[in-house]
Amino acid sequence: MIIEGPVLKYGDKIDTDIIIPARHLKYTDPNYLAQHAMEPLDPEFYKKASKGVVVVAGKVFGMGSSREQAAIALKAAGVRVIVAESFARIFYRNCINNGLPLITLPYATKEIKEGDVVKVNVETGEVRVGNKVLNGKGITGMALDILKAGGIMEYLKRVSQVPTQGG
Amino acid sequence: MTGTLTEKILSRASGRSVSPGDVIEANVDIVAFHDLTGYHVIEVMEKANMMKIFDKSKIVVAFDHLAPPPDVRSAEIQVNIRKFVREMRLPNFHDVNVGILHELLIEKYALPGQVIVAADSHTTTSGALGAFAQGMGASDVAAAVITGKTWMVVPQPFKVELTGTPGKWVNGKDVALKLLGDFKADYFNGMSIEVHVRNPKAFPTDYRATVSNMGIEMNADALMFVPDQETKDYIKTMRGKEVELLTPDPKASYQDEYTIELEKLEPLVAAPYSVDNVKTAREVSNVEVDQVYIGSCTNGRLSDFQMAAEILKGRTVKTRCIAIPSSYEMFKQAMEKGYIETLVNAGCVVTYGTCGPCLGGHFGVAGPGEVIVSTSSRNFRGRMGSNEAKVYLSGPSVAAATAATGRITDPRDLQ
Ligand code: SF4
Repeated sequence: MIIEGPVLKYGDKIDTDIIIPARHLKYTDPNYLAQHAMEPLDPEFYKKASKGVVVVAGKVFGMGSSREQAAIALKAAGVRVIVAESFARIFYRNCINNGLPLITLPYATKEIKEGDVVKVNVETGEVRVGNKVLNGKGITGMALDILKAGGIMEYLKRVSQVPTQGG
Repeated sequence: MTGTLTEKILSRASGRSVSPGDVIEANVDIVAFHDLTGYHVIEVMEKANMMKIFDKSKIVVAFDHLAPPPDVRSAEIQVNIRKFVREMRLPNFHDVNVGILHELLIEKYALPGQVIVAADSHTTTSGALGAFAQGMGASDVAAAVITGKTWMVVPQPFKVELTGTPGKWVNGKDVALKLLGDFKADYFNGMSIEVHVRNPKAFPTDYRATVSNMGIEMNADALMFVPDQETKDYIKTMRGKEVELLTPDPKASYQDEYTIELEKLEPLVAAPYSVDNVKTAREVSNVEVDQVYIGSCTNGRLSDFQMAAEILKGRTVKTRCIAIPSSYEMFKQAMEKGYIETLVNAGCVVTYGTCGPCLGGHFGVAGPGEVIVSTSSRNFRGRMGSNEAKVYLSGPSVAAATAATGRITDPRDLQ
């Protein structure tokens, strides 16, 4: 799976209260949530992301609460893939369950600039920026199976139990 | 077996001998959700047309985030979940008059050695009793409700040792903030922290719950206290039940270890806008404060109210001060001990609303430009209300001393 797009860049510790503030959590409608994505940090985010973007960020992207709306909001706003130096565990799983791919790439914020156009291989983790090739960690094993199925529930239907293999 | 607590619990839960990095399927002992995530869990189940529950006795539901409902949509969410609970005949349901989910889990349900999964990040709180407890999103929790299983990557174990006895105004919050300040919020990502208390009675379950609660702020997969005599006594007192302890092998090997000498700790705060922006209370003692919040699943327990009452006895608050015990049980005990009366006489708004201000929900949302001192777990931008509010996190002693003076105060400096 290869994904391409222009970069919107953010720093370290982008938490879920930034990605989607708690006052919006009484709803799960993707279109509603998209309009409020990243609101406290970047009120223009919805506009900027609407044509399809790659979010690049620093450490523990998505830290904080378990709100699955964080993944839903970013995806619906137009985020095609997130490349970050590391991810918070719950957020990572929520993205996989909602069909939003993620790449872990150390030094992502040093190697990639706002506005760069990047090409991302979701499975190998390879990120191309112009002539530069950066090697991140793609989605593999169990997480890839779930992403491909379209989320954990679709995956469950297919296998009717959670299998034990993967990586 | 030479396993860590993490390996022992996850080996039992998955039926095979596991090591860090393994991807496993674990049987879960408890699956839980609250109002604000629960409706989403149910939606996911409905959408997939899989309205099945693996074991009703193992599901715990509590209303806390929207309790009592501040608006019509919140009330509607609760109406829908009550209907689900009735139709599914779930026995472990707690309506708006019981408490915050994580507090109820340690008071009534969690046991050492269990695997607990709930739709809320602060599920790590049950690690206070030696359970491997993790928060997950609505879809993962829905899958666990249906199958009784979840997949996970076995984390790298990290050992923390607590030695000695904490000073009078130091509690679990200061240990949590010490770890966040020294290691920063990303260090423990992918690890489980196992805390060994050298002197079990010096660091009671209330304090442990605060540290485990903030394990998620450290981005740890789990933060567990190795269960000991204190764990046994807590469960015996709260539930009248004797429990078996699962403990790590004395020779278990950890990725690394770190020792905190409790008597050397002093009251700490996390300054805006990050949980790892840690300073001593004295370093920021000139900061003027508009509102103090004492409560939440982080620090809303009896010992927290005891500390706050000791400081506020005979004083009058100089900030707005809102105090909310983490459960009805804690409320009743604090009332019997006279702490509630003390806080009310000092001019605090003492109410019973569970989560409330912690997530900028209700019962005291932060306004633009306001400075808040809160005993809760997060000071992210916008967390307690306005994006322009500034939140300092502290334990109950700093919070109460701050309420008494109107600016951030180390309780040792009170006149
Ligand atoms: S008190 Fe705060 S941290 Fe605890 S469950 Fe409620 S909202 Fe979450």
